Amino acid sequence: MANEVVDHGRRRFLTAATAVVGGVGIVAAAVPFLKSWEPSARAKAAGAPVIADISKIELGQKVDFAWRGLPVFVVNRTPEQLAILPSLDPRLSDPNSTVDQQPDYIKGPDRSIKPEWLVMVGICTHLGCVPEMWPAIKPEPFDPDWKGGFFCPCHKSRYDLSGRVFKGVPAPKNMVIPPYNFADETHIQIGVDPKGAG
Amino acid sequence: MANVFTRMGDWVVERSPGMLPMYRKHMTEYYAPKNFNLWYYFGSLAMLVLVNQIVTGIFLTMNYNPSAAGAFDSVEYIMRDVEWGWLIRYMHSTGASLFFVVVFLHMFRGMMYGSFKKPRELVWLLGMLIYLALMAEAFMGYVLPWGNMSFWGAKVIISLFGTIPVIGSTLVQWIMGDYLPADATLNRFFALHVIALPLVLLLLVVLHLAALHEVGSNNPDGVEIKKGPKGNRWDPLKPADGIPFHPYYTVKDLFGVGVFLMIAAFIIFFAPMLGGWFLEHDNFIRANNLVTPAQIKPVWYFTPFYAIVRMFPAMFGTAVWGVLAMFSSIAVLFALPWFDVGEVKSIRYRGTGYKVALGLFVFAFFGLGAVGTDLTAELIPKLFGHVDVTFWENMFGRSMTAIYFGYFVFLWLYTHLGWEKTKPVPERVTTHD
Amino acid sequence: MTKRHFSSIVLALGLLLGSSIQVAAAEGGELPSAGTNLRDQASLQRGAKLFFNYCVGCHSLKYMRYSRMAGDLGLTEQEVMQNLDFTGSKFNDPVISHMPKASASKWFGKAPPDLSLEVRARTADWVYGYLNSFYLDPSRPVGWNNTVFPNASMPFPLWELQGMQTAVKKPGSDEVEKLELSKPGKLTPAQYQQATRDLTNFLEYVSEPAAMQREHYGIWVLLFLAVYTLLAYMLKKEYWKDVHE
Repeated sequence: MANEVVDHGRRRFLTAATAVVGGVGIVAAAVPFLKSWEPSARAKAAGAPVIADISKIELGQKVDFAWRGLPVFVVNRTPEQLAILPSLDPRLSDPNSTVDQQPDYIKGPDRSIKPEWLVMVGICTHLGCVPEMWPAIKPEPFDPDWKGGFFCPCHKSRYDLSGRVFKGVPAPKNMVIPPYNFADETHIQIGVDPKGAG
Repeated sequence: MANVFTRMGDWVVERSPGMLPMYRKHMTEYYAPKNFNLWYYFGSLAMLVLVNQIVTGIFLTMNYNPSAAGAFDSVEYIMRDVEWGWLIRYMHSTGASLFFVVVFLHMFRGMMYGSFKKPRELVWLLGMLIYLALMAEAFMGYVLPWGNMSFWGAKVIISLFGTIPVIGSTLVQWIMGDYLPADATLNRFFALHVIALPLVLLLLVVLHLAALHEVGSNNPDGVEIKKGPKGNRWDPLKPADGIPFHPYYTVKDLFGVGVFLMIAAFIIFFAPMLGGWFLEHDNFIRANNLVTPAQIKPVWYFTPFYAIVRMFPAMFGTAVWGVLAMFSSIAVLFALPWFDVGEVKSIRYRGTGYKVALGLFVFAFFGLGAVGTDLTAELIPKLFGHVDVTFWENMFGRSMTAIYFGYFVFLWLYTHLGWEKTKPVPERVTTHD
Repeated sequence: MTKRHFSSIVLALGLLLGSSIQVAAAEGGELPSAGTNLRDQASLQRGAKLFFNYCVGCHSLKYMRYSRMAGDLGLTEQEVMQNLDFTGSKFNDPVISHMPKASASKWFGKAPPDLSLEVRARTADWVYGYLNSFYLDPSRPVGWNNTVFPNASMPFPLWELQGMQTAVKKPGSDEVEKLELSKPGKLTPAQYQQATRDLTNFLEYVSEPAAMQREHYGIWVLLFLAVYTLLAYMLKKEYWKDVHE
C-alpha cells in the first residue's frame, strides 16, 4: 500500500525532539573538552597558597614572595609611614579603594588586615612592570613632594605606601591586594581569605 | 526571524552559485538504492569515528609532551591532573580500535556485495589507500605514549624493513633517525600522526566519496539501479529503486550512530582496557630498551598481518620473505577487482564456490588473528597437552596463510575460467516488505 | 544469508575466546582472585594506611597526589598529612619515597620501582598473589623469594603481619609445590588475606583514580543515549513510511 497520507505534524515533532535531544547531547559532550582547559591539578598545585615567614622582616623593610608566578610585596611599615597615608588622599585617583582591586575585608588608607603589614601584588596596573619601593620621605626627581611609596620605572607611575595610585600617572588603578590571612603571629598565608571573610 | 536566515542564505548563494547545486547533488538529489541493510551503516560510522579521533586528538595534543623523557608522564598527567583528561584519552583509544572494527566490516561489505567491481574499482582503490594510511596512522599513534609496548612494537615493526636486502639497515636507521627508536623517532611520528597523515586521510576520504557519488552506490542485491527503470515518487527521471540520500539515509544513519555510540560508551565508561585488547597492560610500563615485554605482539587489528610475517622462515640467508608476504597480503586486496571478474556482484546470486571461499577467507583472517595474538599458542597445550606448540602453531598458521592467499588464486580461476555458476540476478532490488 | 551469519558467529566466538584469556598468567599456576572493590571506601582507606606504613619507605606513587587521594578516599587534609605523610610533603605534592635511588640500587640490586601503575601493568590478581606468595629462601641475597615473581629483589615487608612462609618443593626437584606458614604473624591467614586485598584495592585505585567516577558518568551517558537512539529510531521509521510501498 502506498503511504499517501503523511502526518506532517508527527514528522515535525519527531524531528524537533530528536534534534533537541541530539543538541543537548552535543552540548553535554562539549563540556568535558571545554573544562579540560581549566587549570589542571598540577597548575593548581603550583598555584597553591604560599606561607610567608615574616618574623625576620625588619621595620621599614620589604621582602618579595612568589605566589602564582607573581611577586607579592610584604612590607613592615613604620608608624610614621602609616600616619602620612590619610594626608595623601587628595593627590590619589582612588583613595578609598572603591575600584575592585582588593578583597572586601581590606579597607581604609592602610589597605591591610594589620596596619603595619602591607601585603600586595607588586605589579603596576599600567602595563605590568614591577615597581620599586622608594620609602624615604624626601623630594625625588620624579616628585618634589614625595612622601614615600612605589615608583614604576617603565612609564613613571607613582603609588603611595599602600599601593594607592596617584592622579595624573599612566596607571589607572591601585595595585592589587591578594587574598591573605595571618596563619599565626609570624606567618602570613598568601592566597586564602581569613576564616569567615572573603 | 526565518526571513533573516533566508536572506543570509540567498546572500551566500548569490556569491557562490555552485554550493546549493552541490548540496543537492550529494544529499537531497543523490539517489541511493532503497535496500541498504545493516552492512551499510559502517561507512557513515567510519566518518563519525574519524571526526572523533580528530577532535579528541587535538585536545590530547594540548597536554601531551612529545619527547622521550616526557611523553609517558604527560599521558598520566592527562589521565589524572587534566580535568576530564581521562575521558578524552579513553575516547581516543577506544575510537582507534573501533575505527578498525568499523573499517573491517565496511570492507567486508564491499567483498560480499561486489562493491569493488566495475564501475566502482576506483572507490575500492581509494578505500584501500585509506586503509593503508589508517594502519600507518594507528601504528604511529601507538608509539606516542612511549610505553614499553610502544617502544618494542616500534622496534620490531621498523626492523621488518631491515630485512630488505641491500638497503635494509640504512632504511631502518633513516626511519628511526637514531640507532634505536628514540626521541628523534617519537618526534617525527608525532608530527606525522598529528598533522601529516590526518590531512592525507581527509583528502582520501573526500576523493573516496566523490568517486562513489560519480558512479552511485551499490546495494545488497548488486543490481545497478541506474540501469533499471526510471521514475520514483520524488523524481520522474531518477532510478525507480533509488531514494534521496537526505532525508532517508541521513535519518537512518542518525539511528545507527545512536546504537554505535551506546556500544562505544559502554567500553569507554565500563571497560576502557577491554581486558587488555584496547589498551595493553605492558604499555602501562615506561619504555625500557633493556627489558622486553613477555609477549611482543602488535595491537589486535594488526595481528593477522603480523602472523603472516611469522609464518615464513628465513631462507637463503634473508628473512625478507615474511615481510614480502605481509605486503602481498595487502597488495592482493588492492588487486581484488582484477582477481574477481565475475559479472554477478552480490553474494546472494553467486555460486556456492564463492560463498564457501569467502567463508573460508573470513575463517582464515580470524585464524591468523588467533596466531598473531598468541591465542593459538595458549590454546594448543590446553587442548592437546604436551605437544610441540611451535610446530602445530606453524601448521595452523601456514594453513591459514594458504587459505588467505588461496582465496585470491581461487577467485582468479573461478571467474576467469568460467567455473562459477551464478543464480539469475533480479531486475529490481529486493526488499523485505 | 548463511555466509553473513557465519562470519558474525566466528567474529563473536573470536572475541569471546580472546577476552577470556588473561594476559598475565603466574609462573607456576593460576593466580588467586584479588576480589577488589573500588567502591569499598573503608577498604581503600585501610589499604592506604598499609601502603604508607609498609611500602612508601621504598616505593613512590609519583603520579598520585596526596590531595587527590584525600578527595577520593573521603579523608580530610589533616587526616592525610598527619596519618599518612611521613616525608614532610605539601598537600598537593605527589607521593614520593625518600629512599635515595643510588642506595636502593646498591642494597637491592635495583631501585624499587614506582607503583603508581603496577596494578594496571600486572593486573590486581597478580599483585594480590604476589603479596601472598613470599617465602623464606636463604639462597637469595635478601633472604626471600616469591612464587609469583621468582627471584624478585624485594625483601618481604609484611612478614610481621603474615608470618613467614616456607616452600615445599616437589620431590626430587627445585620446583615449589606449595607454601606453608611456618611461623605465624600478628594476623590470622584470613585477616592477612583481607589486608592484602585492601592494599591491592588501594593500588588498583592509584593505578586509575578516574575509575571511581567513570562508571558513575557512564550510567547517565548510556541512559541518555538510549533515549536518543529510541527517538532516532522513531524518526527513521516515520520517514521511511514514504519508502515502503
